[in-house]
Amino acid sequence: MDPSLIVVVVIVAALAFDFTNGFHDTANAMATSIATGALRPKVAVAISAVLNLVGAFLSVEVAKTISGGIVDDTKVTPVVIFAGLVGAIVWNLVTWLLGLPSSSSHALFGGLIGATWIASGADAVHFAKVVEKVLIPALASPVVAGVVALVATFLVYRITQSARRDVVGKTFKTGQALSASLVSLAHGTNDAQKTMGVITLALISSGSLAAGSGPPLWVVLAAGAAIALGTYLGGWRIIRTMGKKLTEIQTPQGFAAETSAAAVILASSHLGFALSTTHVCSGGILGSGMGRKLAEVRWGVAGKMVIAWALTLPAAAIVGAIAAQVSTSGSIGTVLVGIAGVGIALAIYLVSRRNPVTAKSVNEAGEPAPSAPVTV
Amino acid sequence: MHIEWGALGTVFVVAIAVVAVLTSLFAVGVRGLSQRAVAREGGASGTSGMAVAVACFAVCAGIVGYGIYLIVA
Repeated sequence: MDPSLIVVVVIVAALAFDFTNGFHDTANAMATSIATGALRPKVAVAISAVLNLVGAFLSVEVAKTISGGIVDDTKVTPVVIFAGLVGAIVWNLVTWLLGLPSSSSHALFGGLIGATWIASGADAVHFAKVVEKVLIPALASPVVAGVVALVATFLVYRITQSARRDVVGKTFKTGQALSASLVSLAHGTNDAQKTMGVITLALISSGSLAAGSGPPLWVVLAAGAAIALGTYLGGWRIIRTMGKKLTEIQTPQGFAAETSAAAVILASSHLGFALSTTHVCSGGILGSGMGRKLAEVRWGVAGKMVIAWALTLPAAAIVGAIAAQVSTSGSIGTVLVGIAGVGIALAIYLVSRRNPVTAKSVNEAGEPAPSAPVTV
Repeated sequence: MHIEWGALGTVFVVAIAVVAVLTSLFAVGVRGLSQRAVAREGGASGTSGMAVAVACFAVCAGIVGYGIYLIVA
Protein backbone atom coordinates (compact mmCIF):
# COMPACT_ATOMS: atom_id res chain seq x y z
CA MET A 1 0.00 0.00 0.00
CA ASP A 2 1.09 3.58 -0.66
CA PRO A 3 3.20 4.63 2.37
CA SER A 4 1.38 7.94 2.84
CA LEU A 5 -2.03 6.25 2.60
CA ILE A 6 -1.20 3.66 5.27
CA VAL A 7 -0.14 6.47 7.60
CA VAL A 8 -3.54 8.10 7.13
CA VAL A 9 -5.18 4.75 7.92
CA VAL A 10 -3.07 4.41 11.09
CA ILE A 11 -4.02 7.93 12.20
CA VAL A 12 -7.73 7.21 11.71
CA ALA A 13 -7.41 3.93 13.65
CA ALA A 14 -5.43 5.65 16.43
CA LEU A 15 -8.09 8.34 16.79
CA ALA A 16 -10.80 5.65 16.81
CA PHE A 17 -8.93 3.90 19.61
CA ASP A 18 -8.64 7.18 21.49
CA PHE A 19 -12.39 7.62 21.16
CA THR A 20 -13.06 4.15 22.66
CA ASN A 21 -10.47 4.91 25.34
CA GLY A 22 -12.45 8.03 26.24
CA PHE A 23 -15.80 6.40 26.78
CA HIS A 24 -14.26 3.30 28.31
CA ASP A 25 -12.47 5.31 30.98
CA THR A 26 -15.01 8.02 31.82
CA ALA A 27 -16.14 5.67 34.54
CA ASN A 28 -12.76 5.79 36.27
CA ALA A 29 -13.13 9.40 37.26
CA MET A 30 -16.85 9.96 37.32
CA ALA A 31 -18.62 6.70 38.26
CA THR A 32 -18.77 7.33 42.00
CA SER A 33 -19.75 11.01 41.62
CA ILE A 34 -22.64 10.01 39.38
CA ALA A 35 -23.65 7.17 41.71
CA THR A 36 -23.81 9.40 44.80
CA GLY A 37 -25.50 12.27 42.96
CA ALA A 38 -22.57 14.63 43.61
CA LEU A 39 -22.70 15.50 39.90
CA ARG A 40 -25.53 15.02 37.42
CA PRO A 41 -24.56 12.41 34.80
CA LYS A 42 -24.40 14.83 31.82
CA VAL A 43 -22.53 17.47 33.85
CA ALA A 44 -20.05 14.85 35.09
CA VAL A 45 -19.13 13.63 31.60
CA ALA A 46 -18.89 17.21 30.30
CA ILE A 47 -16.43 18.20 33.07
CA SER A 48 -14.46 15.01 32.50
CA ALA A 49 -14.32 15.64 28.74
CA VAL A 50 -13.01 19.20 29.13
CA LEU A 51 -10.40 18.15 31.70
CA ASN A 52 -9.25 15.27 29.51
CA LEU A 53 -8.72 17.74 26.69
CA VAL A 54 -6.84 20.12 29.01
CA GLY A 55 -4.79 17.19 30.33
CA ALA A 56 -3.81 16.21 26.79
CA PHE A 57 -2.07 19.56 26.41
CA LEU A 58 -0.27 19.38 29.74
CA SER A 59 1.69 16.23 28.99
CA VAL A 60 5.38 16.31 28.16
CA GLU A 61 6.61 12.74 28.38
CA VAL A 62 5.08 11.51 25.14
CA ALA A 63 7.73 9.37 23.51
CA LYS A 64 8.39 7.17 26.53
CA THR A 65 4.82 5.95 26.84
CA ILE A 66 4.42 4.75 23.24
CA SER A 67 5.55 1.26 24.05
CA GLY A 68 7.95 1.64 26.96
CA GLY A 69 10.35 -0.57 25.03
CA ILE A 70 7.83 -3.42 25.10
CA VAL A 71 8.29 -4.09 21.39
CA ASP A 72 11.33 -3.51 19.21
CA ASP A 73 10.67 -0.08 17.69
CA THR A 74 12.94 -0.75 14.73
CA LYS A 75 10.81 -3.72 13.62
CA VAL A 76 7.47 -1.94 13.86
CA THR A 77 5.88 -0.82 10.58
CA PRO A 78 2.71 1.29 10.14
CA VAL A 79 0.81 -1.84 9.07
CA VAL A 80 1.76 -3.57 12.34
CA ILE A 81 0.65 -0.53 14.35
CA PHE A 82 -2.64 -0.55 12.45
CA ALA A 83 -3.20 -4.24 13.25
CA GLY A 84 -2.38 -3.65 16.92
CA LEU A 85 -4.86 -0.76 17.09
CA VAL A 86 -7.60 -2.91 15.56
CA GLY A 87 -6.98 -5.52 18.28
CA ALA A 88 -7.18 -2.88 21.00
CA ILE A 89 -10.36 -1.27 19.61
CA VAL A 90 -12.18 -4.60 19.24
CA TRP A 91 -11.35 -5.68 22.81
CA ASN A 92 -12.33 -2.26 24.21
CA LEU A 93 -15.72 -2.52 22.50
CA VAL A 94 -16.34 -6.08 23.71
CA THR A 95 -15.59 -5.19 27.34
CA TRP A 96 -17.72 -2.03 27.03
CA LEU A 97 -20.65 -4.15 25.80
CA LEU A 98 -20.24 -6.35 28.88
CA GLY A 99 -19.87 -3.28 31.11
CA LEU A 100 -16.43 -4.37 32.32
CA PRO A 101 -13.88 -1.69 33.28
CA SER A 102 -10.82 -3.24 31.65
CA SER A 103 -7.62 -1.30 31.04
CA SER A 104 -7.43 0.55 27.70
CA SER A 105 -3.65 0.71 28.06
CA HIS A 106 -3.44 -3.07 28.37
CA ALA A 107 -5.63 -3.42 25.27
CA LEU A 108 -3.25 -1.14 23.36
CA PHE A 109 -0.12 -2.95 24.62
CA GLY A 110 -1.73 -6.34 23.95
CA GLY A 111 -2.72 -5.42 20.40
CA LEU A 112 0.77 -4.11 19.62
CA ILE A 113 2.47 -7.16 21.17
CA GLY A 114 0.30 -9.62 19.21
CA ALA A 115 0.74 -7.75 15.92
CA THR A 116 4.52 -7.40 16.35
CA TRP A 117 4.89 -11.05 17.31
CA ILE A 118 3.16 -12.25 14.12
CA ALA A 119 4.82 -9.72 11.83
CA SER A 120 8.40 -9.83 13.16
CA GLY A 121 8.61 -12.93 15.36
CA ALA A 122 8.69 -13.43 19.11
CA ASP A 123 12.18 -11.89 19.31
CA ALA A 124 10.71 -8.46 18.51
CA VAL A 125 8.67 -8.58 21.74
CA HIS A 126 10.62 -7.84 24.91
CA PHE A 127 8.89 -10.16 27.36
CA ALA A 128 10.98 -9.10 30.33
CA LYS A 129 9.81 -5.53 29.69
CA VAL A 130 6.22 -6.75 29.48
CA VAL A 131 6.49 -8.26 32.95
CA GLU A 132 8.26 -5.20 34.33
CA LYS A 133 6.12 -2.49 32.72
CA VAL A 134 2.72 -4.16 32.46
CA LEU A 135 2.22 -7.25 34.62
CA ILE A 136 3.79 -6.12 37.90
CA PRO A 137 2.01 -2.73 37.86
CA ALA A 138 -1.26 -4.51 36.98
CA LEU A 139 -0.99 -6.65 40.10
CA ALA A 140 0.30 -3.90 42.35
CA SER A 141 -1.84 -0.90 41.37
CA PRO A 142 -5.29 -2.05 42.53
CA VAL A 143 -3.80 -3.28 45.82
CA VAL A 144 -1.92 -0.03 46.47
CA ALA A 145 -4.94 2.14 45.60
CA GLY A 146 -7.25 -0.16 47.56
CA VAL A 147 -5.20 -0.01 50.76
CA VAL A 148 -4.82 3.78 50.49
CA ALA A 149 -8.57 4.22 49.94
CA LEU A 150 -9.36 1.85 52.81
CA VAL A 151 -7.26 3.90 55.23
CA ALA A 152 -8.69 7.17 53.89
CA THR A 153 -12.29 5.95 54.20
CA PHE A 154 -11.68 4.72 57.73
CA LEU A 155 -10.15 8.09 58.75
CA VAL A 156 -12.92 10.13 57.15
CA TYR A 157 -15.72 8.20 58.85
CA ARG A 158 -13.87 8.18 62.16
CA ILE A 159 -13.26 11.94 62.19
CA THR A 160 -16.73 12.94 61.03
CA GLN A 161 -18.52 10.44 63.30
CA SER A 162 -20.07 13.09 65.53
CA ALA A 163 -20.60 15.74 62.84
CA ARG A 164 -24.03 16.64 61.53
CA ARG A 165 -25.10 14.33 58.68
CA ASP A 166 -26.50 17.10 56.46
CA VAL A 167 -23.25 19.10 56.64
CA VAL A 168 -21.21 15.93 56.01
CA GLY A 169 -23.28 14.94 52.98
CA LYS A 170 -23.22 18.40 51.41
CA THR A 171 -19.53 19.13 51.96
CA PHE A 172 -18.31 15.75 50.78
CA LYS A 173 -20.41 16.15 47.62
CA THR A 174 -18.30 19.19 46.78
CA GLY A 175 -15.10 17.40 47.79
CA GLN A 176 -16.02 14.46 45.63
CA ALA A 177 -16.71 16.61 42.57
CA LEU A 178 -13.29 18.23 42.99
CA SER A 179 -11.40 14.96 43.51
CA ALA A 180 -13.16 13.41 40.49
CA SER A 181 -12.06 16.38 38.36
CA LEU A 182 -8.47 15.81 39.43
CA VAL A 183 -8.69 12.17 38.33
CA SER A 184 -10.02 13.31 34.91
CA LEU A 185 -7.13 15.69 34.49
CA ALA A 186 -4.61 13.01 35.43
CA HIS A 187 -6.27 10.66 32.95
CA GLY A 188 -5.93 13.18 30.12
CA THR A 189 -2.22 13.57 30.79
CA ASN A 190 -1.74 9.80 30.73
CA ASP A 191 -4.04 8.20 28.18
CA ALA A 192 -4.35 10.89 25.51
CA GLN A 193 -0.59 10.93 25.10
CA LYS A 194 -0.42 7.20 24.38
CA THR A 195 -2.33 7.77 21.15
CA MET A 196 -0.29 10.86 20.34
CA GLY A 197 2.78 8.67 20.71
CA VAL A 198 1.36 6.04 18.34
CA ILE A 199 0.52 8.64 15.67
CA THR A 200 3.94 10.28 16.03
CA LEU A 201 5.60 6.87 15.69
CA ALA A 202 3.67 6.24 12.47
CA LEU A 203 4.66 9.67 11.10
CA ILE A 204 8.30 9.04 11.95
CA SER A 205 8.29 5.55 10.43
CA SER A 206 6.92 6.95 7.15
CA GLY A 207 9.51 9.72 7.07
CA SER A 208 6.98 12.55 7.50
CA LEU A 209 8.69 13.56 10.73
CA ALA A 210 12.33 13.48 11.75
CA ALA A 211 13.25 10.70 14.19
CA GLY A 212 13.00 11.75 17.81
CA SER A 213 10.60 14.64 17.18
CA GLY A 214 7.63 15.33 19.42
CA PRO A 215 4.01 15.26 18.30
CA PRO A 216 2.96 18.22 16.07
CA LEU A 217 0.21 20.47 17.42
CA TRP A 218 -2.49 19.01 15.16
CA VAL A 219 -1.76 15.54 16.56
CA VAL A 220 -2.15 16.79 20.16
CA LEU A 221 -5.36 18.58 19.17
CA ALA A 222 -6.83 15.60 17.30
CA ALA A 223 -5.96 13.08 20.04
CA GLY A 224 -7.28 15.38 22.78
CA ALA A 225 -10.49 16.00 20.84
CA ALA A 226 -11.04 12.28 20.16
CA ILE A 227 -10.63 11.28 23.81
CA ALA A 228 -12.79 14.21 24.96
CA LEU A 229 -15.57 13.34 22.52
CA GLY A 230 -15.52 9.70 23.64
CA THR A 231 -15.58 10.81 27.27
CA TYR A 232 -18.52 13.12 26.68
CA LEU A 233 -20.59 10.36 25.06
CA GLY A 234 -20.07 8.47 28.29
CA GLY A 235 -19.53 4.76 28.76
CA TRP A 236 -22.71 4.42 30.80
CA ARG A 237 -22.46 0.63 30.96
CA ILE A 238 -19.09 0.74 32.69
CA ILE A 239 -20.09 3.70 34.86
CA ARG A 240 -23.00 1.62 36.16
CA THR A 241 -20.72 -1.31 37.01
CA MET A 242 -18.20 0.83 38.90
CA GLY A 243 -20.66 3.21 40.56
CA LYS A 244 -23.49 0.85 41.49
CA LYS A 245 -22.70 -2.81 41.11
CA LEU A 246 -19.31 -3.10 42.79
CA THR A 247 -20.36 -1.65 46.13
CA GLU A 248 -22.85 0.92 47.42
CA ILE A 249 -21.03 4.25 47.59
CA GLN A 250 -21.68 7.23 49.89
CA THR A 251 -20.19 10.68 49.24
CA PRO A 252 -17.37 10.43 51.86
CA GLN A 253 -16.36 7.08 50.34
CA GLY A 254 -16.40 8.48 46.82
CA PHE A 255 -14.24 11.35 48.03
CA ALA A 256 -11.79 8.93 49.67
CA ALA A 257 -11.69 6.63 46.63
CA GLU A 258 -11.06 9.42 44.13
CA THR A 259 -8.53 11.29 46.24
CA SER A 260 -6.62 8.01 46.63
CA ALA A 261 -6.80 7.28 42.91
CA ALA A 262 -5.60 10.77 41.98
CA ALA A 263 -2.72 10.61 44.50
CA VAL A 264 -1.60 7.17 43.32
CA ILE A 265 -1.75 8.13 39.61
CA LEU A 266 0.13 11.38 40.16
CA ALA A 267 2.76 9.84 42.44
CA SER A 268 3.40 7.00 40.00
CA SER A 269 3.55 9.10 36.83
CA HIS A 270 5.88 11.49 38.63
CA LEU A 271 8.19 8.58 39.43
CA GLY A 272 7.81 7.06 35.97
CA PHE A 273 6.00 4.00 37.29
CA ALA A 274 3.31 3.18 34.73
CA LEU A 275 0.00 2.21 36.31
CA SER A 276 -3.35 1.62 34.63
CA THR A 277 -5.85 4.31 35.65
CA THR A 278 -8.63 1.72 35.39
CA HIS A 279 -6.96 -0.63 37.86
CA VAL A 280 -6.15 2.20 40.26
CA CYS A 281 -9.71 3.57 40.27
CA SER A 282 -11.36 0.15 40.65
CA GLY A 283 -9.00 -0.69 43.50
CA GLY A 284 -9.82 2.64 45.15
CA ILE A 285 -13.57 1.97 44.97
CA LEU A 286 -13.15 -1.54 46.43
CA GLY A 287 -10.94 -0.17 49.22
CA SER A 288 -13.49 2.49 50.11
CA GLY A 289 -16.15 -0.23 50.16
CA MET A 290 -14.14 -2.24 52.68
CA GLY A 291 -13.24 0.83 54.74
CA ARG A 292 -16.81 1.65 55.75
CA LYS A 293 -18.54 -0.52 58.30
CA LEU A 294 -21.46 -2.51 56.90
CA ALA A 295 -20.64 -1.52 53.33
CA GLU A 296 -21.14 -4.55 51.17
CA VAL A 297 -18.64 -5.35 48.44
CA ARG A 298 -20.10 -7.58 45.72
CA TRP A 299 -17.15 -9.91 45.23
CA GLY A 300 -18.86 -11.68 42.32
CA VAL A 301 -18.73 -8.45 40.29
CA ALA A 302 -15.16 -7.77 41.45
CA GLY A 303 -14.17 -11.31 40.39
CA LYS A 304 -15.59 -10.84 36.87
CA MET A 305 -13.68 -7.57 36.63
CA VAL A 306 -10.40 -9.24 37.59
CA ILE A 307 -10.97 -11.96 34.98
CA ALA A 308 -11.49 -9.24 32.36
CA TRP A 309 -8.23 -7.58 33.48
CA ALA A 310 -6.32 -10.87 33.13
CA LEU A 311 -7.82 -11.56 29.70
CA THR A 312 -7.34 -8.05 28.27
CA LEU A 313 -3.72 -8.31 27.21
CA PRO A 314 -3.82 -11.82 25.70
CA ALA A 315 -7.23 -11.28 24.05
CA ALA A 316 -6.20 -7.99 22.43
CA ALA A 317 -2.92 -9.69 21.44
CA ILE A 318 -4.78 -12.49 19.66
CA VAL A 319 -7.01 -10.06 17.74
CA GLY A 320 -3.93 -7.95 16.94
CA ALA A 321 -2.06 -11.06 15.76
CA ILE A 322 -4.88 -12.13 13.44
CA ALA A 323 -5.16 -8.57 12.12
CA ALA A 324 -1.39 -8.48 11.53
CA GLN A 325 -1.43 -11.83 9.73
CA VAL A 326 -4.04 -10.57 7.27
CA SER A 327 -2.80 -6.95 7.01
CA THR A 328 0.80 -7.81 6.21
CA SER A 329 -0.28 -10.02 3.29
CA GLY A 330 -0.75 -6.91 1.15
CA SER A 331 -2.96 -3.91 0.44
CA ILE A 332 -6.08 -6.04 0.05
CA GLY A 333 -5.39 -7.63 3.44
CA THR A 334 -5.09 -4.23 5.12
CA VAL A 335 -8.35 -3.10 3.54
CA LEU A 336 -10.06 -6.34 4.65
CA VAL A 337 -8.91 -5.82 8.26
CA GLY A 338 -10.21 -2.25 8.16
CA ILE A 339 -13.59 -3.38 6.85
CA ALA A 340 -13.76 -6.21 9.40
CA GLY A 341 -12.92 -3.78 12.21
CA VAL A 342 -15.68 -1.36 11.20
CA GLY A 343 -18.09 -4.29 10.79
CA ILE A 344 -17.36 -5.67 14.28
CA ALA A 345 -17.73 -2.20 15.81
CA LEU A 346 -21.09 -1.73 14.08
CA ALA A 347 -22.31 -5.18 15.18
CA ILE A 348 -21.36 -4.50 18.83
CA TYR A 349 -23.13 -1.15 18.68
CA LEU A 350 -26.29 -2.77 17.32
CA VAL A 351 -26.23 -5.47 20.04
CA SER A 352 -25.82 -2.74 22.69
CA ARG A 353 -29.03 -1.04 21.46
CA ARG A 354 -31.04 -4.05 22.62
CA ASN A 355 -30.22 -3.28 26.22
CA PRO A 356 -29.15 0.38 26.25
CA VAL A 357 -27.73 2.10 29.34
CA THR A 358 -28.07 5.88 29.15
CA ALA A 359 -27.48 8.94 31.29
CA LYS A 360 -31.00 8.46 32.65
CA SER A 361 -30.78 4.79 33.55
CA VAL A 362 -27.16 4.73 34.72
CA ASN A 363 -28.07 4.75 38.41
CA GLU A 364 -30.51 1.88 38.22
CA ALA A 365 -28.52 -1.08 39.53
CA GLY A 366 -28.97 -4.22 37.49
CA GLU A 367 -28.59 -6.24 40.68
CA PRO A 368 -30.85 -6.64 43.75
CA ALA A 369 -31.49 -3.36 45.55
CA PRO A 370 -28.89 -2.49 48.21
CA SER A 371 -29.85 -3.06 51.82
CA ALA A 372 -28.29 0.13 53.20
CA PRO A 373 -29.87 3.47 52.25
CA VAL A 374 -27.66 5.96 50.45
CA THR A 375 -26.82 9.01 52.53
CA VAL A 376 -26.80 12.11 50.39
CA MET B 1 14.69 -7.89 34.17
CA HIS B 2 14.71 -5.05 36.64
CA ILE B 3 11.60 -4.52 38.69
CA GLU B 4 11.54 -1.22 40.46
CA TRP B 5 10.32 -2.32 43.88
CA GLY B 6 11.80 0.88 45.28
CA ALA B 7 9.66 3.04 43.00
CA LEU B 8 6.58 0.98 43.80
CA GLY B 9 7.28 1.29 47.51
CA THR B 10 7.76 5.04 47.16
CA VAL B 11 4.46 5.39 45.27
CA PHE B 12 2.71 3.50 48.06
CA VAL B 13 4.30 5.46 50.92
CA VAL B 14 3.87 8.86 49.26
CA ALA B 15 0.27 8.17 48.23
CA ILE B 16 -0.82 6.84 51.63
CA ALA B 17 0.86 9.71 53.49
CA VAL B 18 -0.57 12.44 51.24
CA VAL B 19 -4.04 10.91 51.16
CA ALA B 20 -4.16 10.33 54.91
CA VAL B 21 -3.22 13.97 55.56
CA LEU B 22 -5.51 15.34 52.85
CA THR B 23 -8.64 13.37 53.76
CA SER B 24 -8.11 13.88 57.51
CA LEU B 25 -7.77 17.64 57.01
CA PHE B 26 -10.88 17.71 54.85
CA ALA B 27 -12.79 15.68 57.45
CA VAL B 28 -11.66 18.03 60.26
CA GLY B 29 -12.84 20.91 58.07
CA VAL B 30 -16.21 19.24 57.69
CA ARG B 31 -16.38 18.84 61.46
CA GLY B 32 -15.65 22.58 61.79
CA LEU B 33 -18.54 23.39 59.45
CA SER B 34 -20.77 21.09 61.46
CA GLN B 35 -19.77 22.83 64.73
CA ARG B 36 -20.56 26.17 63.12
CA ALA B 37 -24.01 24.95 62.06
CA VAL B 38 -24.73 23.69 65.59
CA ALA B 39 -23.44 26.90 67.21
CA ARG B 40 -25.50 29.14 64.94
CA GLU B 41 -28.64 27.19 65.77
CA GLY B 42 -27.85 27.83 69.44
CA GLY B 43 -27.55 31.58 68.78
CA ALA B 44 -23.74 31.73 68.87
CA SER B 45 -21.61 32.96 65.97
CA GLY B 46 -19.73 29.71 65.37
CA THR B 47 -16.64 31.63 64.29
CA SER B 48 -14.19 29.08 65.73
CA GLY B 49 -15.75 26.26 63.75
CA MET B 50 -15.64 28.35 60.60
CA ALA B 51 -11.99 29.28 61.22
CA VAL B 52 -11.03 25.60 61.55
CA ALA B 53 -12.91 24.76 58.36
CA VAL B 54 -11.36 27.57 56.33
CA ALA B 55 -7.85 26.73 57.54
CA CYS B 56 -8.26 23.03 56.74
CA PHE B 57 -9.76 23.59 53.28
CA ALA B 58 -7.03 26.13 52.44
CA VAL B 59 -4.28 23.62 53.25
CA CYS B 60 -6.14 20.96 51.20
CA ALA B 61 -6.30 23.35 48.24
CA GLY B 62 -2.58 24.01 48.62
CA ILE B 63 -1.73 20.30 48.54
CA VAL B 64 -3.94 19.75 45.46
CA GLY B 65 -2.42 22.79 43.76
CA TYR B 66 1.03 21.32 44.32
CA GLY B 67 -0.21 18.03 42.82
CA ILE B 68 -1.38 19.82 39.66
CA TYR B 69 1.94 21.66 39.53
CA LEU B 70 3.66 18.26 39.54
CA ILE B 71 1.66 17.10 36.49
CA VAL B 72 2.37 20.27 34.53
CA ALA B 73 6.04 20.57 35.45
